[in-house]
Amino acid sequence: MALIRELAIQMAQMLLVLLVAPALVGLVRKVKARLLRRRGAPILQPYRDLRRLLRKDVVLAENASWLFRVTPYLIFAATWVAAALVPTFGTGLLFSWSADLIAIIALLASARFFLALAGMDVGTSFGGIGSSRDVMIASLAEPAMMMIVFTLALIAGSTQLSTIAGFMESGAAGLRVSLGLAFIALIMVAIAENARIPVDNPATHLELTMVHEAMVLEYSGRHLALIELAAALKLLLYISLIACLFIPWGMAPPGESVAPALVGTGAYLAKLAIGGILLAVFETAIAKMRVFRVPDFLGAALMLGLLAALLRFVSESF
Amino acid sequence: MTLLIVLCCVAALLVASCFGPVASRSRAGATILYGTCLAISALAFSAAFTQLIAGGAATPAILLPLGLPWLGAHFRLDALAAFFLAVVNLGGGAASLYELGHGRHEPAPQRVLPFYPAFLAAMNLVVLADDAFTFLLCWEFMSLTSWALVMAHHRDADNARAGYIYLITASFGTLALLLGFGLLAGPEGGYAFAAIRVGHPSPTIAAFVLALTLLGAGSKAGLVPLHVWLPLAHPAAPSHVSALMSGVMTKVAVYGFIRIVFDLLGEPSWWSSMVVLVLAAITAVMGVLYALMQHDLKRLLAYHTVENIGIIFIGLGLALAFRANGMRGAAALALTAALFHVFNHSVFKSLLFFGAGSVLTGTGERDMERLGGLIHRMPLASFAFLVGCVAISALPPLNGFVSEWLTFQAILLSPALPQWGLKILIPAVGAVLALSAALAAACFVKAFGVTFLGRPRSPAVAKAVDADRFSLAAMFVLVSLCLLAGVLPGPVIDALAQVTQSLVAGRMPAQGAVPWLAIVPVSASRSSYDGLLVFVFIALAALLAAFVIHRLASRGVRRSAAWDCGYPDPSPLTQYTAASFAQPIRRVFGTIVFRARERVTLPPPGDTGPAVLQVDLQDLVWDWLYAPICYAVGFAATRLNYLQFLTIRRYLSLVFALLVLLLLILALWL
Repeated sequence: MALIRELAIQMAQMLLVLLVAPALVGLVRKVKARLLRRRGAPILQPYRDLRRLLRKDVVLAENASWLFRVTPYLIFAATWVAAALVPTFGTGLLFSWSADLIAIIALLASARFFLALAGMDVGTSFGGIGSSRDVMIASLAEPAMMMIVFTLALIAGSTQLSTIAGFMESGAAGLRVSLGLAFIALIMVAIAENARIPVDNPATHLELTMVHEAMVLEYSGRHLALIELAAALKLLLYISLIACLFIPWGMAPPGESVAPALVGTGAYLAKLAIGGILLAVFETAIAKMRVFRVPDFLGAALMLGLLAALLRFVSESF
Repeated sequence: MTLLIVLCCVAALLVASCFGPVASRSRAGATILYGTCLAISALAFSAAFTQLIAGGAATPAILLPLGLPWLGAHFRLDALAAFFLAVVNLGGGAASLYELGHGRHEPAPQRVLPFYPAFLAAMNLVVLADDAFTFLLCWEFMSLTSWALVMAHHRDADNARAGYIYLITASFGTLALLLGFGLLAGPEGGYAFAAIRVGHPSPTIAAFVLALTLLGAGSKAGLVPLHVWLPLAHPAAPSHVSALMSGVMTKVAVYGFIRIVFDLLGEPSWWSSMVVLVLAAITAVMGVLYALMQHDLKRLLAYHTVENIGIIFIGLGLALAFRANGMRGAAALALTAALFHVFNHSVFKSLLFFGAGSVLTGTGERDMERLGGLIHRMPLASFAFLVGCVAISALPPLNGFVSEWLTFQAILLSPALPQWGLKILIPAVGAVLALSAALAAACFVKAFGVTFLGRPRSPAVAKAVDADRFSLAAMFVLVSLCLLAGVLPGPVIDALAQVTQSLVAGRMPAQGAVPWLAIVPVSASRSSYDGLLVFVFIALAALLAAFVIHRLASRGVRRSAAWDCGYPDPSPLTQYTAASFAQPIRRVFGTIVFRARERVTLPPPGDTGPAVLQVDLQDLVWDWLYAPICYAVGFAATRLNYLQFLTIRRYLSLVFALLVLLLLILALWL
């Protein structure tokens, strides 16, 4: 019985992230538009876009290989599994032990690996430029992320995300220098990983400034829908990650009743909304940087992460 | 029993080697020889595997009346040897199977067939040897047979140079090991490993032995800065030998390091782990950066071996640090991670070299800038190569991820170490490990993307055909091993328990009892990973998405010209090349590490000539370390040259002067 309930919670979480992700993207776009004194598309517009894309035929380039057609499904699956393992409304996820935080990061890296390959499959320069820049950004963002994971794991004594979130919610972590450094680094990595301003511009129409959009330039129809959905899931994943690690309040503990789960869901949606609004404000306030300034930005994140990890290695009290 | 079987296999390989010249006369002969090697390797593998799984603490040993009359030849099969024997023979068997089909493309079989079985035999013997003399003899035999195989296509000037540099480095490495064993054996000359184990060397001697082992085994394994021969020699050999050298022979070198440092040297001091960790971290990141700059497919793979050796040595260094502080469980975890990576790397590096060999025979090209679009011409080989790329990039759910994950878990145990130096060094090593993993993914996006995806860059690609049955069989055996070890890592870890038990007197928790086939390195509340579930989840999610979309939404596909923002360029030369793909990383990392400089020469306005982009890379290791040594040797040789043309009188007086000098030194010393 307990197993069935936990399975139900896990399934609910999987569905929740899948259903909420496009709304989050819609919210960010709406707030950005309002900040620019435009009216903007409704928040539900991404759902309509997805439905429209899903209904259309795929137009494949003549020399696209099987890898190009398989990649959207792989990316979507890997991102969805990763997003389903990040605690959202409650900490007691059934399959939390099957992949810890390191594995979740690596799942996202798998998704990126295949997307970068797909960018090179048709053999156009734009695809190549996107892939090449994306792996450069990843080569700095991943070690920075790993340093953040080290810091969190050493504070909570575990790399299991549910355990870390439970530890953070209990308040035992307290205010720590290393935690603060990791928080800033995580935000920087999240911006870079999700191809947001100032690292990349998700709304640009100038090809040479695109990274993520350049890789998916040749995609259309249902393939594009899956990739867009995966990108939305990734954004949701990072906001959930920041929420469950640094503002864990309101999350339902692993337990019996329904009421905490409902409260947790409400709190989670509120956190997502706040995260999305803050992201929109940040993106509106800042200009995109040149591609070769990105290493400086991510290098700073890496150094912050390394400093945080170093502090934890040196002493338990930081 | 198992030891006898393996020794008989070695003898059979040596006999097969003698038939090499005969076998090379006909295609049937080559097939029979490779078939024999395959059967012998399979037998030796099963013997070693049985010993590893069922052998327990038993270590069969044997003394043969060979070699030095007062020493004999000792052979012993303990858990460590059994594990490495399994790795060697798995690689050997796969290479033989591959060459069964691929061998008919070999232009000079008479230069390969006599040495190939001998090379396999030599690697087996190094792992079995139980005294210093036999070990060094077999080590040198291994170097020489592999040198002969590197020189198989010796008319190519590059190969001749590679062979020359390899020979010098190999001799240097053996010299270092010789001195190391001399120090270990002490003045009494107890060269049997059993005698060395009971003697406890003083800290100074231990430090010298560690340094000499790092030089000797490290140069064979490819530790930076001793790696220079490796990216020259490995690609020069025929592809199956490249796979063996990169996938297996470097592992034999790792075995030599583990045998001496963990087994013979006794309790380590904590600073020795710092030396190993620093060298390993430099090796890991330099190896992958070198690999990213290459556009020769086989050389890229060879440089990437350097990176993986760095990852293995990071695990070994951590194990040394934990062991020096008596943290047996953590030492076992770090050592298991290193050994797991030894196995993993031997599997996927062999797989990737087989793929590169098939590309080379299919197109006649190793230069990635002239390849492209091979996924259409070689679908099966490219699938196998893709799996190898994913595995080596440490991505779940394949095997490369598991060993790196275990290494990260070992790093997370290190704040408990008491020494400040290690506390500060290890997080930096962790950052370097993460950096090299991310760069490895970039490197293999480049390797696969440029070689197999996109549009063909030269006509050579158009005539490419997929690899033959045997080559594909060898590749797919390794593909399935990559997947199996990735989704079921528990049995591999349990198989390694006996090895860690004998070397660091600790073992990881038994993984067989963990529910759902997950792995738990320390305790369940701390961390766990379940490759099988992750794999099943991804597969289910992808299938579900495909099913739902195809049933409820659209399934139509239309082929059309590439979009490319409305301006598709018909020429495949406008694609991203290997050099342009690496450009951002070259700019970020290469300006410091390689002094990379880009020069653009634009023709003046009105001139229709092409613009030229020139990239200069400097190999600082070569320029700062090897070039001065070469210069010094050349200088000394020129100066001493005139000694060749003296009269007999002068020679006699020189001999007399030397004798007096030596006697004087002796008189002062005593």
